[in-house]
Amino acid sequence: MSANDGFRVVENATCTFCGCVCDDMILKVQGDRIVEAKNACVLGKAWFLNHQIESRPVALIEGQPASLDEAVERAAQILVNARYPVVYGLSDTTCEAQRIAVAIADWIGGCVDTTTSVCHGPSGMAFQGVGEVTCSLGEVKNRADLVIFWGCNPAESHPRHMTRYSTMPRGLFVPRGRKDRTVVLVDVRRTKTAPAADIFLQIKPRRDFEALWALRALVKGVEVDPRIEEDTGVSLRQWRDLAERMKSCKFGVLFFGMGLSMTRGKHLNVEAALALARDLNQFTKFYIKPMRGHGNVTGADNVVAWQTGYPFGVNLARGYPRFNPGEYTTADLLARGEADAALIIASDPLANFSQPAREHLLRIPYIALDPKETPTTRHATVAFTTAVYGINVAGTVYRMDDVPIRLRPALPSPYPSDEEVLRRLERRIRQLLGIGTNLHPNPPRNSHVERAFS
Amino acid sequence: MQPTWILIAGRTTRQGTSLNESKFGSEYLDETQTLYMNVEDLAQLGLQPGQLVRLRSVWGAAEVRVQPDKRGELPRGVVFLAYGDASSRLMGADTHGTGMPDSKGIEVVVEPLNIGSPPGAIHERSGAAT
Ligand code: SF4
Repeated sequence: MSANDGFRVVENATCTFCGCVCDDMILKVQGDRIVEAKNACVLGKAWFLNHQIESRPVALIEGQPASLDEAVERAAQILVNARYPVVYGLSDTTCEAQRIAVAIADWIGGCVDTTTSVCHGPSGMAFQGVGEVTCSLGEVKNRADLVIFWGCNPAESHPRHMTRYSTMPRGLFVPRGRKDRTVVLVDVRRTKTAPAADIFLQIKPRRDFEALWALRALVKGVEVDPRIEEDTGVSLRQWRDLAERMKSCKFGVLFFGMGLSMTRGKHLNVEAALALARDLNQFTKFYIKPMRGHGNVTGADNVVAWQTGYPFGVNLARGYPRFNPGEYTTADLLARGEADAALIIASDPLANFSQPAREHLLRIPYIALDPKETPTTRHATVAFTTAVYGINVAGTVYRMDDVPIRLRPALPSPYPSDEEVLRRLERRIRQLLGIGTNLHPNPPRNSHVERAFS
Repeated sequence: MQPTWILIAGRTTRQGTSLNESKFGSEYLDETQTLYMNVEDLAQLGLQPGQLVRLRSVWGAAEVRVQPDKRGELPRGVVFLAYGDASSRLMGADTHGTGMPDSKGIEVVVEPLNIGSPPGAIHERSGAAT
């Protein structure tokens, strides 16, 4: 951090808006605003430059301002008295906060689930079935000579992915950068990513599985019926050409998006892609990675997996973890009317869940933690305003390639972090349940938060 | 039987930037209530850019405004809507044992409404796309 012309400059700050987690931000800070975000893309700029200290109470109980202690008390009472609570969200907060959220789910015997279940949850299921031939984005940058994007649109959802990691940068074994790479896009829509690709294959909607399975056959030298064109919208000649490119590249990588995981077939689509990448390793080095959306959704998978053994959709009611997507995932728990309370951290299910799920959430008591006002915080029984991870709060996040990155916050916030609120909540829950409160030391008290809100 | 379109919900740059301002702001609401359609499909339905339509899936319905797709992005028969309240209303609750409702590739019908009324999701859960 350095002072410069009345501004403070924060170097090597990290943008947590998307899964690229770019950690080369140079932020100019004036007062409590970030006035410039060098190196940020259009989404990153919107993330940093719209940051402002909200003029909201630190907590609201049924819409009325409350102190932090009052809100923690009410939230703890809701959770310990629930019979089937769910802890949900977690993809836009630090790993440190995620850890405590898992502990809370464990103490109250509820489910813990993350926004992964409604983005790459099916991919998580497919990883268990097939495995993932994985590599870091650093390896892609230095080695990849064939880059395939399938069912994703990095130009709009991960704008620096191509320039920083995958297609443009010069690397050790691709010294001429873009010129040394072939870039392929497979998608239903001719998106903004299409002009960045050498080859664009426009497939019919909901035909990804058929296309991927045909590619597996072609890679193995099995004949494919030319009517594949009727099924997929892409000719056998084009699929054959792609299969040959995949086999003959030196280092290939397939990045896939929710075009596979959110479309009919879901985990089976992803399994087909994973199996294709695995098969290709008989011929060359070939890798596959999902394009992860939220800044720390990858961290959420990692934390929930290292704490419970499973990445999302985990039930802890019996005192040991059980994993069953479709049963313990939040979209289902709510839509079926099963959950009777919820703790929602850094996510907005009232904006993006199905209507039956949203209607049930509105019927049950729930607690929401979010820096901003959202449809979910507006209707929460208890809403906490929290500091923004990466901008106000330090901690660890995982980039989409599972590389952990330490956050360097730019400016303080008068609001507590998610981690601090969750620590207090976890401690109060243990007190109410009579579970060894000496297991953990007292939560660190944040003195400026105490002064401002207690 | 009304013709059906395949709806793809997804991210857009504008949806991403405007949600950083506010999910209650006009830009976010406008972006998440705009349906993009192939120009020939628009002509087939006799729709004008900016016209209000009702989208119906087997699970729900929402009112949005139509616009021609950008740069010829969409093939005929495919429509696009940025993630938001309207796209969520069209999603089914069933996740087929995955936790993930069908959010892309949903069949919808597109019904023209009067020009001039403001967009907004309609509060209806059923209504078959026939
Ligand atoms: S690509 Fe993603 S992480 Fe990088 S600056 Fe843009 S929004 Fe932020």
